[in-house]
Amino acid sequence: MRDTHREYALNTVLALGLLLVPLWALWADEPFTITMFTRIAILALAGLGLNLVLGLGGMVSFGHAVFFGLGGYCAGILAQHAFNGAPILGLPGTNQMLIIWPVAMLVSGLLAAVIGVLSLRTEGVFFIMITLAFAQMVYYFAISWPAYGGEDGLPIYVRNQFPGLNTMRPLHLFLICWGVLMLALGLFAMVRASRFGAALMAIRQNPDRVAAVGIEPFGIKLAAFILSGMITGLAGALMADLSRFTSPSMMAWTMSGELIIIIILGGTGRLFGPVAGAAILVGFEVTFGGLTEHWKLWLGLVLLGAVLFARGGLIGLIAGRERLG
Amino acid sequence: MTLALIFEQLLNGLQFGLMLFLMSAGLTLVFGVMGLINLAHGSLYMIGAFFCAVAAGATGNFWLGLAAGMAAAAAAGALIEMLVIRRLYDRDHLDQVLATFALILILSEATKMVFGPFPLYLNAPPILSGTVNLGLVDYPLYRLALIGFGLLVALGLWLLIARTRLGIRIRAGENDREMIAALGVNIRALYTVVFALGAALAGMAGALVGAVQAVQVGMGEPVLILAFVVIVIGGIGSIRGAMVGALLVGVIDTMGRFLLPRAFAVFLDASQASGIGAALASMLIYLLMALVLVLRPKGLFPLHA
Repeated sequence: MRDTHREYALNTVLALGLLLVPLWALWADEPFTITMFTRIAILALAGLGLNLVLGLGGMVSFGHAVFFGLGGYCAGILAQHAFNGAPILGLPGTNQMLIIWPVAMLVSGLLAAVIGVLSLRTEGVFFIMITLAFAQMVYYFAISWPAYGGEDGLPIYVRNQFPGLNTMRPLHLFLICWGVLMLALGLFAMVRASRFGAALMAIRQNPDRVAAVGIEPFGIKLAAFILSGMITGLAGALMADLSRFTSPSMMAWTMSGELIIIIILGGTGRLFGPVAGAAILVGFEVTFGGLTEHWKLWLGLVLLGAVLFARGGLIGLIAGRERLG
Repeated sequence: MTLALIFEQLLNGLQFGLMLFLMSAGLTLVFGVMGLINLAHGSLYMIGAFFCAVAAGATGNFWLGLAAGMAAAAAAGALIEMLVIRRLYDRDHLDQVLATFALILILSEATKMVFGPFPLYLNAPPILSGTVNLGLVDYPLYRLALIGFGLLVALGLWLLIARTRLGIRIRAGENDREMIAALGVNIRALYTVVFALGAALAGMAGALVGAVQAVQVGMGEPVLILAFVVIVIGGIGSIRGAMVGALLVGVIDTMGRFLLPRAFAVFLDASQASGIGAALASMLIYLLMALVLVLRPKGLFPLHA
């Protein structure tokens, strides 16, 4: 699959725009704008994780918020143990992002393996409902488990640290998130161009043919699902640090819906689709949220219109429909 | 912990299960006949509850409210079927999920705009207030009536599908929709009727449960997700599966919440036991679903076995 020149140009604009606007905002002394763009970068990262299974693999996971929330809880729980000095599972807590991130990815990947093994036995509507139900199971567990705040959530009193940067400064935190997002986009492009990516996309189109040429679809799908959960979990850890708070609502089913919306609005399977989608969603919320308290009504109408009439998302509208070989 | 308490919890589970059945029946019917996954089913539940609460408040009569709630849900169902859902039958499941997710956003905000952001309260009819002596326990009459009502509706639905012309068409639609269209059945009208029927059942459940819980925006979605669990367990498209699944989910969830904290209290201290017990109890039905999936990936009663 080759990106068209227009899509390539659009991607460059998105990547640079995402970086330049916060730099301008620092100069113009608009910290709110920096935070808003940090949110866009984090949500784009979470969406990118989902895009791997939904966009490339055609697996509609309606429970990806569970990894987002789990990543958030990893950051929150490790920070709390570092704060109060109590060990967790015999190990000390930590406030170092470079330790928290691998932990968040490992834990999310393990959960993705369990959910994946069970739910990838099914497909279609069953898969949608089952991923939703498993996410809901963890959500209710987080609500009723009192040790880490239960329904009230878990605050992070001091943002976790990154060597050489001051994470309490909005621009520094933004640059961390932007950097992680760019690395993840590079990884996504590599995966898409690899033999593994080719197999994954072929499974979306016709699993029986893939099986007939000697590739077992289940293993490929499971690997993609685990990688996807790890990336979305990493985004959750970043989000917990941005809002200095983690709560069950991060894994609510509406969050799973928002992640799907991000991909669809941006363009399913496109490299920068989640970036465009996250920018649209956050921009919509900030713009219309200030005008009317009923902005979700308009979001619903826009989404409905996009599904019924503009398939291919924003990037599809601008760069033209993708040719799938 | 006495036998009486367990008996009471069993009845609560049965009542919960039957209300879940009303929700799941419409959902599974719509999937079975039209192949559509409808997330907005929970919104129809909410619409039923809101219209019932307002109509019952205005007329002072719960039964008029119930009728108004069902009528409003059925009308809303028919309307969104004709405006939106109809365009989704040929689309893939992702488009269906997104469009009906958009409908949830629209219907929830619209309900907030029409009825205000605060919860409404709906009182059970006076004739069903108080308790009734069942030998072991004094049980709330209204909850007992819900059990009877649920069983009655289940019977009616079975008769409708097994014994009427509409039921024949529904069953035929599940098997081969091109064929029944070729035989001259107006398939568009049939789809609208099936959708409105499912909506009316959801609206009825919302109105009936609304008298036990608060009537508020967002009340439909937790029930919707439980209804998904029910039809995954029962087998998507099967009414019989929905009944078995709903009763399993209702009873296991209720009994788990009741028994698990008490079971943990045997070897843990009280506060720890209630925390762990409650957390595990909230996961029980999902574990049940996982178990069914491992043993029977298409559910207990697959539609096309």
